[in-house]
Amino acid sequence: MTSSDQATPVRPDHRSPRSARRPPLLVGTLALGGALLFTSLVLISSGVPPLAAYKLIFLGAFSTPTRISDMVMLASPLLLCSCGLTLTFAAGLYNLGIEGQMILGAVAAMIPLRLLPGLPPPLLWALALAAGAAGGALWALLVAGLRVGLRVNEIFAGLGLNFLASGVSLYLVLGPWRRIGQASSSGTEPLPSAIWLPTLNNLRVAPAAPVIALVALALIWVAVTRTRWGLELRAVGLNPQAAGRMGIPAARRLAESLAACGALAGIAGAIQVIAVFHQLIPSISSGIGLLALLVVLLVRANPAWVLPIAAAFAVFTVGSVQMSVSLGADSSIAGVLQGALVLFALLARGFSARR
Amino acid sequence: MEVSVHNLTKTFGTLRANDNISLRFAGGQIHGILGENGAGKSTLMKLLSGFLRPDGGEILFEAKPVALGDPGAALRAGVGMVHQEPLDVPGFSALENLLCAAPRWALPSRIEARNTLTVLAGRLGFSVAPDDPISALTVGQRQQLEIIRLLACGARALILDEPTTGISAAQARSLFVALRRLASEGNTVIFVSHKLDEVAELCHTVSVLRAGQVVGEGQMGVPQPQDRLLKMMFGGGDHTPAPRETPRRGGSPAVPSAWRLEGITAREGNLVLAGLDLDIPAGSVVGLAGLEGSGQQILLRLLCGQIRPSAGRLRMAGADMAGASPAIFRTCGVEYLPADRLVEGVVGPLTLAEHFALLQPGGMIIKRHAAEDAARAAIAGYDIRAVPDSPILSLSGGNQQRAMLAMIPENTRALVCEQPTRGLDVASARAIWGRLLARRDAGCTVVFATADLDEILDYSDYVLVFFAGRVSRLLPCAELRVPRLAELIGGVGFEAADGRAKANPQ
Repeated sequence: MTSSDQATPVRPDHRSPRSARRPPLLVGTLALGGALLFTSLVLISSGVPPLAAYKLIFLGAFSTPTRISDMVMLASPLLLCSCGLTLTFAAGLYNLGIEGQMILGAVAAMIPLRLLPGLPPPLLWALALAAGAAGGALWALLVAGLRVGLRVNEIFAGLGLNFLASGVSLYLVLGPWRRIGQASSSGTEPLPSAIWLPTLNNLRVAPAAPVIALVALALIWVAVTRTRWGLELRAVGLNPQAAGRMGIPAARRLAESLAACGALAGIAGAIQVIAVFHQLIPSISSGIGLLALLVVLLVRANPAWVLPIAAAFAVFTVGSVQMSVSLGADSSIAGVLQGALVLFALLARGFSARR
Repeated sequence: MEVSVHNLTKTFGTLRANDNISLRFAGGQIHGILGENGAGKSTLMKLLSGFLRPDGGEILFEAKPVALGDPGAALRAGVGMVHQEPLDVPGFSALENLLCAAPRWALPSRIEARNTLTVLAGRLGFSVAPDDPISALTVGQRQQLEIIRLLACGARALILDEPTTGISAAQARSLFVALRRLASEGNTVIFVSHKLDEVAELCHTVSVLRAGQVVGEGQMGVPQPQDRLLKMMFGGGDHTPAPRETPRRGGSPAVPSAWRLEGITAREGNLVLAGLDLDIPAGSVVGLAGLEGSGQQILLRLLCGQIRPSAGRLRMAGADMAGASPAIFRTCGVEYLPADRLVEGVVGPLTLAEHFALLQPGGMIIKRHAAEDAARAAIAGYDIRAVPDSPILSLSGGNQQRAMLAMIPENTRALVCEQPTRGLDVASARAIWGRLLARRDAGCTVVFATADLDEILDYSDYVLVFFAGRVSRLLPCAELRVPRLAELIGGVGFEAADGRAKANPQ
């Protein structure tokens, strides 16, 4: 063989299939450093002492048992949505419709809760979760149909369906499912407390929720790293043409990844109903789907990092809630930090890819 | 306007696409430029029209050296280029295209633009109306619009790159009339082509490029003997076939056919293969020769189900493949090896072992060890320089190609290869062909397309020559030599070899 025929075998980074040859540690450090710097500038410019603010953001979530339980109840649906998005990300899709899928999951979960409140609660919860999964999956399959059948970009299809989903839930809250005697956009009649997902003592944490989320994470990890289906998903995401040539039904895999993501988002929506709000409210998704998009932009199709990042984002969000009380600053500073993290991670990746 | 180049050189990496070219294109004449694919024609034209900047030498308009920074500068200096695929905005009307593509001084108002378009179209006998939407125009009409635009912007020298590809015969005739008229008014026309008869019919002078250089004495008067031009285009014709390890098959009519095409019509882009009847004998190597874009692509993609015929019947071993998807072709044992390995062939960031895992039949969970073993077997058997954990992306071209070949199951009945040795060095190419011929000897039919005439003659049992969407009959390779093949590729004496001209193509 001639010299031009030399291969340079590169050991791939198994933890991160998409960034095979980039040093993840460097990217992470750069992203964190850049994000902290940027957030500090924002804090200083609005007259908030950065150290006190960071203390709240990083540690505030652990200050009281109530805060910890709030954090867990935010992390659980966030984890579920991030798991789902890991699948669509692996398949090369940006599922911006996840908010709508979560809302539809919540709406679908309401159906058995309203129709059959007399069933034994465990059965009812299982039904609600299953209905939520089905609702989310169906809503996601609409995106898949538009994408595969009509070549509508999944970003636009998802965004459009998000508006539709919000409309549906608002209509139900104000119309057919309104409180008896009054129509209030604050929500439907609260569910009887007998069918709330049981919580620890008098805290708000329902242990079933994080358990479900962790089981989902384990399943997704196995699916992406160990199964043929997951490998096919990644192949389709990386190069649909070549995947098709190798006999992988690319369109079907795209639809399946969207449906699975929708189902997980739907379960998250159902948990919002039976464990957090105990009623259907118009903003039932609370922006968790969008936050999950940020999580997945950071971890990419790499399930191993989903738990730490999703947990950290939940910590930031819950911790910063106290900002307005103790520092007189708005709690949205958590969003600044989260957004800056993603932005700087993308920047750092871009730079390290170019070198 | 006189356009000339002096010692013009342009390099891409190590490739000298234009090597010290000196030519002079006098005003009032039509100048033909001939050359095979990769001869440097397009590079020269792009240098003249400002799309590329030369690395050495100079360009002179009216004997004055010019530095062309961009196509706009070239057009202001009076040189415009008509591309093979006209560059226009599909959603606009003809008039809007004219307006948005012309500088303000050329067409100050909509009314003026409308007048200019109508007047120029009438004068040149073109059939473009101002309000026609681009999407409704044929390639020929879009080309006419492009010529009108360049003239409206003050072009006095027009460069046309393969203008008759994909347009109707009537449009080609009216184009020729218009070009003659433009030349007679003192404009310079540079006509790039690989069709000898068109150059002979239209041009006053002809120059031949090969491997980035001007061949022979430079610009020559027309007419020139065809065999001389062909020899200049394709080289000496002193090619001796490489020694073969295996006896050449073919010639025996008893061999069953792998594919049978009956009256097949198919199109891709603006090229059509019409009424094709063809039997491809099983267990042989069939080489598809022809200049790029003459229809080989269409046949290759037809044979593996990637495009479907609009008429006619395609049979494989007797079975009708009407409406079959590429997946069905694969289950029938047809595998396709694309030229763009990393685009269509393999998933670059995935490793060799992961590719073999994808090929495992069924099973939910990946059998990691089996996949790694398969990858190791392929590495040993196909001499791939890699480890099972190497992402395909990190391999060299030759190794990628061997890996792709190794992934093709042993029981494959037919292989469709698009430029199987593209970008490979000689040793790698030979190794690939060793594998392909071994497959052939095991009974697999191999159909391949390449621009390399030697590769066609070295490895084919049969040759099909493509010329502007027409297909020759199946020519036994033993009867062919480079000069004859070059003639056919250039369309000379094509009638005699045309599959349809003969009542009984055997």
